[in-house]
Amino acid sequence: MGNFATIRGVSYILAAAPDMVLHNGTTQTTERIVNPESEYLGQIEGHLRSYEDVLAYIPNQVYIGNMSNEQLRETAFPYYDKKAAEAKRQGKFGEIMPQDEFYALMQICDVFDLVKLEAAFAQGAKAKLAAGGLLREEQLAILDKNQESGEDIRRLVEEDHAEGLYNGGALVGAVKRAHDVDVNLSAHVMLENLVAKASSVLALLHLLKHTGIDPASVDYVIDCCEEACGDMNQRGGGNFAKAAAEVAGLTGATGSDVRGFCAGPAHALLDAASLVKAGTFKNVIVTAGGCTAKLGMNGKDHVKKGLPILEDCIGGFAVLIGENDGINPIIRTDVVGRHTVGTGSSPQAVIGALVTDALDKADLKLTDVDIFAPELQNPDITKPAGAGDVPEANYKMIGALGVKRGDLQRAELADFVAKHGLVGWAPTQGHIPSGVPYLGACREDILSKKIRRAMVIGKGSLFLGRMTNLFDGVSFLVEENPGGEAGSETTAGSNAAASGSAAVSETAVRTLIGEAMRDFAKTLLSE
Amino acid sequence: MDLENQRRVKELSEQYGAENVVVLLGAAEGEASGLAAETVTLGDPTYAGPLAGVSLKLSVYHICEPEVKAEIDEAVYDEQISMMEMVLDVDDICGEMNAIREQL
Repeated sequence: MGNFATIRGVSYILAAAPDMVLHNGTTQTTERIVNPESEYLGQIEGHLRSYEDVLAYIPNQVYIGNMSNEQLRETAFPYYDKKAAEAKRQGKFGEIMPQDEFYALMQICDVFDLVKLEAAFAQGAKAKLAAGGLLREEQLAILDKNQESGEDIRRLVEEDHAEGLYNGGALVGAVKRAHDVDVNLSAHVMLENLVAKASSVLALLHLLKHTGIDPASVDYVIDCCEEACGDMNQRGGGNFAKAAAEVAGLTGATGSDVRGFCAGPAHALLDAASLVKAGTFKNVIVTAGGCTAKLGMNGKDHVKKGLPILEDCIGGFAVLIGENDGINPIIRTDVVGRHTVGTGSSPQAVIGALVTDALDKADLKLTDVDIFAPELQNPDITKPAGAGDVPEANYKMIGALGVKRGDLQRAELADFVAKHGLVGWAPTQGHIPSGVPYLGACREDILSKKIRRAMVIGKGSLFLGRMTNLFDGVSFLVEENPGGEAGSETTAGSNAAASGSAAVSETAVRTLIGEAMRDFAKTLLSE
Repeated sequence: MDLENQRRVKELSEQYGAENVVVLLGAAEGEASGLAAETVTLGDPTYAGPLAGVSLKLSVYHICEPEVKAEIDEAVYDEQISMMEMVLDVDDICGEMNAIREQL
């Protein structure tokens, strides 16, 4: 027991993708096939936001760490008609990249010469991307290879099965197909996968920058997005993880992909924490890029209600899991909730398996968990689409189960939601909202002793793959580091090490050192 | 209501007879419950699915309605439903369901 893995750092990125909403979001591409003359398709362009508006959108500023969840809570709902006082591209966790630079990044991430950019566009995007300072000179030089004219690009799209890349309505590039027959290597799939890869790379680069970790010291990378890469003989052959690690310069890493729909990140984090705790690897990164298909997913409802298209960004994140340093928050891999094959599908059974069964193992009450981080979808997006406020619904269910268990009184339910919950801010990119968007703030809140314990809950709708009707989910606790490598002695509920007085005094010393270092980390954070 | 579900409801009521079918809903709020109830009674209000213009007039209830609760073993209801009963706006759901049934 003890010696739990720690959360060393977290990054979050968004890439504004207004033209991709039109050309790559499945709601729009399906509508174009089924109902090409539809009123929606005629209206949608008028509902796309500018890059400046994407920056000024408060939930986006919360995502990259420039604003807090408290600030979002203080913002009167809805959010789409409000603007952040300071709309910045860079945040302490990452950035919001404009679409033109993201296309350039896609080309830098493409090692099969599939991405073509119009020459002048590429040079413009290169200059902007260079200013960000994230990419190496030789990576930026890849953009110099573009010789194509606008006419060349048009020909690729119209005559050679390529998918167009558009910026401000103009065709500026294309993604070619990687095979003439294999649908898994079609231009559509290659574009989708290159977007996932590039957004994962962007998250990795920010994580490296923010943590300052030597890239060569990363041992293993786990990708947990929802895409699949492979050819017709192995559709989900995989390893987005290693592909992204290569571009991010993680020369000492291998990796693999973990999938589980929206619960993927929670599964991947458990895997990473277990690999580190077991001593298999010292430094593991969990990463995920975003998804073009989900752009504008609820666009019809947003347009019908006069809202802008709010699903206009590709999302991504990366989390560095490292050995116990006595300072950073630990992942309690001994207090894990699981929705098993036999759990059943009623909400009560699901929440019980994911939340209260796990807490029971640690002899904890619901109210012992300061913050719950279930699916954190932005209600600005989901409410107008009739899906309600997802995080709030989760908190109500958790609280109601607490009432049934006697952890709290029924009258305390509303208070429980406000006190132990968060207001949703995550883009609806499937796997992105699932608990993980809180990890960055969670790490800081624990380091600054604002909270002691949080629970991350990932949930996934497996039926979408038509292989099972089962629901899925896993959860785990993130806790204040009790200090010292042995870790668990002062942690509620875990097996206290009973290895003699010498071990105890060593632990006491480690605890003192740990506390001193934590205070030091706190002063660094406050700067 | 999901188009696939509409097809299944239509097929089951043809197979067993509309008078022998009860539709039990588990929707999370009133409006969605009302729309689903309307679909299996008066027909698909969105005119998108197999029940567009098909008035099956099936018996339809939400799992949180008192009529249904009374039919279910108390221990089972407590284990499966009582948590959601606390979370959902049951009065709103019942109101929407009654409004649809009154139109039959």
